[in-house]
Amino acid sequence: MSEQEPLLELKGITKEYYGNRVLTDVCFNLRRGEILGLVGENGAGKSTLMNILFGMSVISETGGYNGEVCLEGTTVNFQSPFDALAAGIGMVHQEFSLIPGFTATENILLNGEVLHDNIVTKVFGPRMKTLDFPAMRAIAKNSIDLLGVNISPDTLVAEMPVGHKQFTELAREIHRPEMKVLVLDEPTAVLTESEAQVLLTSLRRLADTGIGIIFITHRLQEIFDVCNRIVILRDGKVVREVATTDTTMPQVAELMVGRDLSGHAAASTEYDAATETILAVEHLWVDMPGETVRDVSFDVHKGEVFGIGGLAGQGKLGIPNGIMGLYAAGGKVRLHDKDVPLNEPAAPLAAGMAFVSEDRRGVGLLLEEALDWNIAFTAMQAQNKFMRPLLGGLIKWRDDRAIRDLAQKYVKALDIKCTDTNQPAQELSGGNQQKVCLAKAFAVEPDVLFVSEPTRGIDVGAKSLVLDALRSYNRDKGTTIVMISSELEELRSICDRIAIVDEGRIAGILPPTASAKDFGLLMIGRRTHEQEAVNNHD
Amino acid sequence: MTSIRTLIDKAGWPRIIIALLLLSLFLAAPAVGVRVDQSLTDTIVRFGMNGVLVLGMIPMVQTGCGLNFGLPLGIIAGLLGATLSIEFGLTGAGGFFGAIGLALPFAVLLGWGYGLLLNRVKGDEMMIATYVGFSSVSFMCMMWMLLPYHSPTMVWGYGGTGLRTTISLERFWVHILDDFLAIRIGQNFMFPTGMILFFALMAFVMWAFFHTKTGTAMTAVGSNPEYARASGVSVDRMRTISVIMSTVYGAIGILVYQQSFGFVQLYNGPFFMALPAVAAILIGGASVNKANITNAIIGTVLFQGILTMTPSVINSAIQSDLSEVVRIIVSDGMIVYALTRSTRKSR
Repeated sequence: MSEQEPLLELKGITKEYYGNRVLTDVCFNLRRGEILGLVGENGAGKSTLMNILFGMSVISETGGYNGEVCLEGTTVNFQSPFDALAAGIGMVHQEFSLIPGFTATENILLNGEVLHDNIVTKVFGPRMKTLDFPAMRAIAKNSIDLLGVNISPDTLVAEMPVGHKQFTELAREIHRPEMKVLVLDEPTAVLTESEAQVLLTSLRRLADTGIGIIFITHRLQEIFDVCNRIVILRDGKVVREVATTDTTMPQVAELMVGRDLSGHAAASTEYDAATETILAVEHLWVDMPGETVRDVSFDVHKGEVFGIGGLAGQGKLGIPNGIMGLYAAGGKVRLHDKDVPLNEPAAPLAAGMAFVSEDRRGVGLLLEEALDWNIAFTAMQAQNKFMRPLLGGLIKWRDDRAIRDLAQKYVKALDIKCTDTNQPAQELSGGNQQKVCLAKAFAVEPDVLFVSEPTRGIDVGAKSLVLDALRSYNRDKGTTIVMISSELEELRSICDRIAIVDEGRIAGILPPTASAKDFGLLMIGRRTHEQEAVNNHD
Repeated sequence: MTSIRTLIDKAGWPRIIIALLLLSLFLAAPAVGVRVDQSLTDTIVRFGMNGVLVLGMIPMVQTGCGLNFGLPLGIIAGLLGATLSIEFGLTGAGGFFGAIGLALPFAVLLGWGYGLLLNRVKGDEMMIATYVGFSSVSFMCMMWMLLPYHSPTMVWGYGGTGLRTTISLERFWVHILDDFLAIRIGQNFMFPTGMILFFALMAFVMWAFFHTKTGTAMTAVGSNPEYARASGVSVDRMRTISVIMSTVYGAIGILVYQQSFGFVQLYNGPFFMALPAVAAILIGGASVNKANITNAIIGTVLFQGILTMTPSVINSAIQSDLSEVVRIIVSDGMIVYALTRSTRKSR
C-alpha cells in the first residue's frame, strides 16, 4: 500500500449558491486506512462539501463547483450518486434510507442482488432472473461480521432497534468490494453511548482494511476517540487541519465556534440583573420533532435581550414553539407572575407574547396574501385591533384603511422593499420577508418577543438591518426579547445573557463576554466544573 | 398594448376563450333560427337559478377545504325545507321564505357534522366530500319513502305513503322570485328581477362576511393554516364554519333553483348538482384554494351561457334532436377543461 499517495484529495473547492458563497478554497486529503474527523458548526459547509463529493444533483443544478476532487490521483466529477457509488464512495446519512419491510439481507444488497438464471430467463430475458438468497445471505453476514456486531441477516428492518438500523446501513455501504471512501454523517446521533462505542470500534476495524473514512459528528469526544486527523470548517473555509494527537478538545471547540471576539461583543448596555423577572419558565418540555425539549427552566428579566443558542437538533427551537403553543408542551410558563396556559396558541398572544417563527415561509407568512394582511393579521385576531364594531359590536368589521396605514408605517420604519402594501408576501426577498415577520410581531406590541433564527437564509446586509431593528425595538420600547439563533456571534453581539441548550436541557447561561471556548464546550455537552456549580446554584 | 396584455393576464385565457365562444354562439344564433332575446332570457334565468349554489363553493375553498363536492348535503337540507313548507301548506312568499327558515336548522346541523368529518380527513377533503354527497343522497332516497309526509300534493297517489320523485310547486311558490318586479319586453324577453336581486343579496352577505374578523381568519386558514394557528386562530373551528356556510348556501340555492324550475326533485335529484357548481366556479377563475365572488359570477354566466346556447344552436344547425347529448358533452367537457385549467397550488 502506498501510504504517500492520498486516496482522496480535495483541491480548492469553492461553491456558491445564488451568489452566496458557502465554500471557499477547501483543501484536504484522505489517506488509505485513515479516519478523518470533519467538524464545524451548522452552516459551516459540511453538507455542501459532502454533496459535492457524492455528486448530488443539487450541486449541478445550482451551477456546479470550482476546484478538483481527485480519487486515487485521477480527477473525478460525479454527475449523480450512482457515479459516486460506482467509483467506490459510500455514504451513511443521518436519516435512515432503509426499507422497513425488507430483511437486513435484502436491504444490504438492494440493487446489488446476486442473480442466477432459470427457465424463464431463457424466454423472457435477464429481467426474470431469480435471487440467489443463500449467496446474498452470506455476503450480508460477512459485512455485518466485519462490523463486529450481532445482527441476524434475516431480521426485518422494521423490527430492529435504532442502533441496528444504523449498522445495517453501514453494512450496505461496505459490502461492495470496490468501496474505497466511506462518508458518515452524524452516524452516532441516534445511538446510545454503548452502541456508539461499538460503532467506533467497527470504524477502526474498517479503516484497518484500507478504507478511508470521513467522519462527521458534533460529539468531539468521538472524534478524539477514533480519528487520526481533524479538519475544522468554519464559514466555508478550512480553518485548521491537525493531527488528533497535536490538539486538545477545547482548542477544537474554540476553532469551530469562531474567533474570540469578546472585545467588541456585547454591544448592548450594561445588564442589570436586579430588574424584575418578567418571564419564568419552569421544567418545560416540548414535543417538537427534531427539536425535543426535555427539561428547561430559566428566568428572563424585564428589558433584557436573552439569547438561546446551541447546535441544531438539541432543542433550542422547541423552547419558543412550545411556549407559544405550537407544539405539545408541558411544564410551567409564567408571565408577569401569571400562569400562561400551554398548547393554546391564542393564550400566549393574549398574555402579551409574540413570536417570529424560524419557519418563515411555513408559519411566518401568508405567502399569497398582501403585505398589509401579513402584518396586521395576528394583532387583528389576537387583540381585536383594526376592527370596527358594527351593530353594537355584533359584527366585527375589518378596518382596511387602518390596516393599510399600519403596513405603510412599518414598510417605512423597517425599510421593507416592496412595490406597495398590496404586494403578495411571496414576491419579496428573504430579508424583506423577515422584516414583514418582525413587523407582524411588532404590531402585536408584545411585552416579551420571541425571535427564532431571525437571520437564517438572508444575506449579510439584511442580517444587520434585522438585528438593528431588534436592538432599537428593545431599546426604544423596552420590550424584552428572547432570541434563538444558531449563530453564536450574532447572539453575542446583541444579547445580555446567552443560554446554551444541549440535549433538550440548558447546559449553562453565560454572559456574551465569555470566551468562545466556554461556549463551544457547553455546545458539545462538556461543561466545566465552575459552570456546573453556577447551574446548581440557580 | 401593455394594457391589453395586463387585461388578458387578469382575466386569464380560459375565460377569454369561453367568453369568445359564448359571444360567437350568440352571433350565430339568428343564422340558424334561434331567437337571441329568448336565449338571453334563458341565460339570465339559468344564472339566477344556479348563482347561489355557486356562491356556496366560496367559503370552503377559502378555508382550504377544497371544492364542495358534498353540496348535495346542503341540497338535501333545502329539500327538507321545501317539503316541510309544502306539508304545512305554506304558499306564496311565505311558502318560499318558510322553506328557507325550515331548511336552515337542517343545513346548520348537517354542515356541522360534515365539517367535523372533514376536519378528520385534512388533505383528502374533496374525495371524502364526493362520497358524503353521494351517500347522503342514497340515504335520503330511503328516507323520502319512509318519512311521515301526508300532503296529497307530495305523496304517491296509489300507496298513500312516500314522496313522489317530482313535486309540482304550481300552487305553492313557483316563480315567486322570478316574477317579483320582472321586466318583460315583447313576447320573448323577461328579466327575473326578484331572483337577480336575491342573488345580489346573497352575494352581498358573502362579501360582507369575508370583511369581518371571522371571514378574514377563514381566508388566512386557507392561505396558510400554520400561520393562522400561530396567530391564535382555531383552524378546525374556521373550517367547520366554512362548511356550515357552504351547506346553508346549498340549501338556499336549491330553493331558488326550484322556485324558478317549478318542481321539487327528490331522490336522485341532488346527485349531480355539485358538478355544475364546481365547474362554474373553476371556469370563473377560482383555484382549488382561492375563490371570490367575481369568480362565482363570471363563472356562472359563462358556464350557464354555454350550456344554454350550445344545444339550441347546434340542434338547429344540424336539424336533429341531440340537445340532451350535446348538453352532457358540453357540461362534462367544461368540467374537465376547468379542472385542467385551474391553477393548482401546493399547500
